Amino acid sequence: MLEVKNLHVYYGGIHALKGIDLRVKEGQIVTLIGANGAGKSTTLRSIAGLVRPKEGSIVFQGTELTALRTHQVIQQGIGVAPEGRKVFGNLTVLENLELGAYNRPPQEFQTDLEWVFSLFPRLEERSKQLAGTLSGGEQQMLALGRALMSHPKLVLLDEPSLGLAPLVVEEVFETITTINRQGTTVLLVEQNAMAALHVAHYAYVLETGRITLEGTGKELLQDERVRKAYLGE
Amino acid sequence: MSATIFFQQLSNGISLGSLYALVAIGYTMVYGILRLINFAHGDLLMVASYTAIYAVTMFSLPWYLSFPLAIALTGCIGILMDKVAYKPLRDAPRISLLISAIGASFLLENLALVIIGGIPKGFPRPEIFAKVIEILGVRVQVLTIYIPIMTLVFLMALLYIVYRTKVGKAMRAASKDIETTRLMGINVDRIIALTFLMGSSLAAAGGIMWALKYPQVNPFMGVIPGLKAFIAAVLGGIGDIIGAVVGGFVLGLGEILLVAFFPELAQYRDAFAFVLLILVLLFRPTGIMGEPITDKT
Ligand SMILES: Nc1ncnc2c1ncn2[C@@H]1O[C@H](COP(=O)(O)OP(=O)(O)O)[C@@H](O)[C@H]1O
Ligand SMILES: [Mg+2]
Repeated sequence: MLEVKNLHVYYGGIHALKGIDLRVKEGQIVTLIGANGAGKSTTLRSIAGLVRPKEGSIVFQGTELTALRTHQVIQQGIGVAPEGRKVFGNLTVLENLELGAYNRPPQEFQTDLEWVFSLFPRLEERSKQLAGTLSGGEQQMLALGRALMSHPKLVLLDEPSLGLAPLVVEEVFETITTINRQGTTVLLVEQNAMAALHVAHYAYVLETGRITLEGTGKELLQDERVRKAYLGE
Repeated sequence: MSATIFFQQLSNGISLGSLYALVAIGYTMVYGILRLINFAHGDLLMVASYTAIYAVTMFSLPWYLSFPLAIALTGCIGILMDKVAYKPLRDAPRISLLISAIGASFLLENLALVIIGGIPKGFPRPEIFAKVIEILGVRVQVLTIYIPIMTLVFLMALLYIVYRTKVGKAMRAASKDIETTRLMGINVDRIIALTFLMGSSLAAAGGIMWALKYPQVNPFMGVIPGLKAFIAAVLGGIGDIIGAVVGGFVLGLGEILLVAFFPELAQYRDAFAFVLLILVLLFRPTGIMGEPITDKT
């Protein structure tokens, strides 16, 4: 479904991604784990067209994305929940969700909204509230819900568990599994390797701009190096 | 001061405040999204006034066609200004954008100077705007009544678009965070173009009403109203539409009433506005309605 090949990204003189290859198969949860600064967000941002790679290709369902602008990438059927949630704090919860559905046919809106509310009942209770007044966990749910409102085939999630209480983290990962079972393919970026590897079908380990390991979630959970470096053993 | 004169001055202040408000909205909307003080914004008053003059005199159009035409054309010039002067600099440091704005302002003024010349032109004031009527024994120009009413109509339309429509939602989102707005699948360049269209059209409407009130049009006629409207926008809290309106009325009423109560200060009218600007910047830089000014990432 998504195939990234030999991706090189520079920030000025900094070589942030040094030839990344990864694939996401339809129906899967694929995770990209790695320490802070490894280049996880840069990978997602390249897919979304927010940064321009110097070299390499990103093909989504037969379409080359590197030539497209961000809104065109999204219109291919990709939803993004960016790092740090980035909800529109000056807008209500409902308005945030409406923006997520910007390019959807209006007659689908109610169905999509009910689907998102069934995943995150808390958002329904707070739909008239300004998004800026939500708690961190609720904002994360809004960011996820907003990304789902376009009914994407693929969602890109950048550290959805960052800064959340353990119980809320669990809730977030459960939701990720649920939406995946309902048919959404997921590319999940995480520092929380343990949780991510448990839900993922396939995983990549990113270190300073290079993929150093890959395998199924189970394989990596048992891998000596992963256990040492990311699971704190 | 007699009640009659006070009432007259009050209505003058309201109509001047309306004009400041209309022009201030454009400053504040563009600032909201691009964090740019569009110094060429005031010159759109001049562009609209000349366009209206030529539509009436050269093409003999009636005012009710030529004024809307001038407003629409000026709106398009606003979009063009963004495309030429600001869009190529989206990723450049903010100071480059500011310099480009000053350049755009000089360009418009001097273009008018070269093409049209520096001699002020009379603005063709239609009969119906020249009338004087009596309300409760007070004689006022009808224009003084029309200006606030028209302003109210424009304002309602604007607020409807910004708060009740899909593009309005996208505008408010973009003023918070452009990058995330793009992640919603929204073509932000279009939203920015629309912002320039709306802000410039309102400035054009303000310019034409200004020219009806003070029917002398010259290439630099937009400079002082532009600066005043900028002060109004800062006073209200730049980035905030309602703030711009409030700021416009406070400044307009303040100026007129200052002169009404202290006629000996009449020469200091413009100075009053700038002193107010300095005071606001010193003591309440976020303005009357403002949230804290934040740098966008
Ligand atoms: N806008 C930027 N300008 C310069 N360097 C950046 C920028 N964004 C990220 N980097 C650098 O690129 C590298 C990868 O960053 P990032 O993709 O954010 O990592 P991660 O998401 O894995 O924490 C880091 O060294 C970071 O400092
Ligand atoms: Mg990151």
